[in-house]
Amino acid sequence: MRRPFPKHLWFWQLAVALAFFTLWWGLTASGILPPFFFGEPVKVIVRVGQWFVVGDIWEHLGVTLIETLLAFVIGMILGLAVGLWLGLSATASTLADPYIKAFNAMPRVILAPIFAVWFGLGIWSKVALGVTLVFFIIFFNVYHGVREVSPVVLANARMLGASRRQLLRHIYLPSATSWVFSSLHTAVGMAFVGAVVGEYLGAAKGVGYLILQAEGAFDINTVFAGILVLTGCALLLDWGVTLVERRLLKWRPTHQ
Amino acid sequence: MSVALRFEQVSVSFPPRNRSEASWRAVANTTLSVDEGEFVSVVGPTGCGKSTLLNVAAGLLAPSSGEVRVFGEPLMSLNRHAGYMFQADALLPWKTTAENIGLGLMLAGVPARETAEQTRHWLAKVGLTHAAERYPHQLSGGMKKRVGMAQALIVNPKILLMDEPFSALDVQTRQLMENELLALWQNDRKSVLFITHDLEEAISLSDRVIVLSAGPDTHPIGEFLIDLQRPRDVAEIRLTPRFVELHEHIWRVLRGEVLKGYAQTVS
Ligand SMILES: Nc1ncnc2c1ncn2[C@@H]1O[C@H](COP(=O)(O)OP(=O)(O)O)[C@@H](O)[C@H]1O
Ligand SMILES: [Mg+2]
Repeated sequence: MRRPFPKHLWFWQLAVALAFFTLWWGLTASGILPPFFFGEPVKVIVRVGQWFVVGDIWEHLGVTLIETLLAFVIGMILGLAVGLWLGLSATASTLADPYIKAFNAMPRVILAPIFAVWFGLGIWSKVALGVTLVFFIIFFNVYHGVREVSPVVLANARMLGASRRQLLRHIYLPSATSWVFSSLHTAVGMAFVGAVVGEYLGAAKGVGYLILQAEGAFDINTVFAGILVLTGCALLLDWGVTLVERRLLKWRPTHQ
Repeated sequence: MSVALRFEQVSVSFPPRNRSEASWRAVANTTLSVDEGEFVSVVGPTGCGKSTLLNVAAGLLAPSSGEVRVFGEPLMSLNRHAGYMFQADALLPWKTTAENIGLGLMLAGVPARETAEQTRHWLAKVGLTHAAERYPHQLSGGMKKRVGMAQALIVNPKILLMDEPFSALDVQTRQLMENELLALWQNDRKSVLFITHDLEEAISLSDRVIVLSAGPDTHPIGEFLIDLQRPRDVAEIRLTPRFVELHEHIWRVLRGEVLKGYAQTVS
């Protein structure tokens, strides 16, 4: 297949964004779309700039990112531990199977009010929500990673003298890691969703809270500015994951 | 000469996969032995139970009845005297060539410096020094087999179990590998149990060839001493009159079993 735009790809990608903003601006400035509901791109961008120049976004952004990071790390550790445990123990996994399925099928955002009651309106109720979202993604992938280990590779390591602990360290963990990484982008995204949705449902700080406040004041431009900042952050996080992935998974054919 | 590995009336049954099936006795009442320093090949039709037999020798699979003795001792768990070269890909995909080769030493807790030194030595021995830092997916089939060979041999096992190690290779690479194996074996004469479905390979490598019947209830139906001189070149030895004679002789026994085995896979 011929690759479209072999050179200057970024230029064309940027052009798409510009075209979108121009269209948005044109439609709202001419009054075809009411600016009260659809915002004004110039004001949105000015708002974002103002936030960063004056610096009153940093506190909120910091809170959201800390919640995201904590949810991600805690969800990851729990998912890894439980995934390894259930993956390696047939008894435990048979026992837990229906409950895992039930928990995963449940729309977990509904837990947010309960977490608010349990953990208060501070960061921990948001972290808890993010953890429930991240946990299952990591858990399922670790579980698969452990189950999908080639029996021949396993037998080979055992013949070479690997103890149970060495099997865990040199066979099960690397295999699980490769599966976890295939889901890391989704997991980071979910941690972020947990934080923002949690804030949106009740908080005193965070970008989700900013958006909620602006919405209450019918300040649609600030709402869009918040969304823009969140999107930018999500992209940065995703890019960070890609960097780590490239380093850790260099043994995989697709990561050449 | 003492016996390195002995199967005593070994049978292996696999449980039925569903209720309508009877359990499948893959191996029945097999008695065979490998002397110390002897190179023994086992040939038999595909699916007759050769890998099963080797897994029993490795201690990866417990026989349903009978026992395996290793240097006279009954085998109870994994065979600590044996190195195993598998039929399928058995390298750790997340470790480099060097790490894969040094794996056995690393697992045994050998100091890192000595492991590195030994690894370098074996990399050179199997001609992979240039590929030390590559991962398995960056190696050709023949290179992977070389890594597997070094990986099994670096821990210096007294017994070497090989399960059709070269069957996936093209003819040229295969003959190169067979010669390399013979050269390595010639140095320290390990006891080798070599599984193959290729009679020519069996004859050209071995001191003794054992023919298995088609499954189920697989058991040895013939045993042949290979009195060809050593050291051998596997390509040249195939052209000698004695080789042709032995081949004809053994093939007469094996042929019937191969046809039976084939009939089973077709029906
Ligand atoms: N784990 C198992 N469960 C059930 N049947 C098996 C199992 N392993 C092997 N078999 C059966 O035993 C027979 C011998 O298998 P195998 O030893 O792999 O044959 P070979 O290595 O000679 O090709 C085959 O019919 C196979 O289907
Ligand atoms: Mg086999």
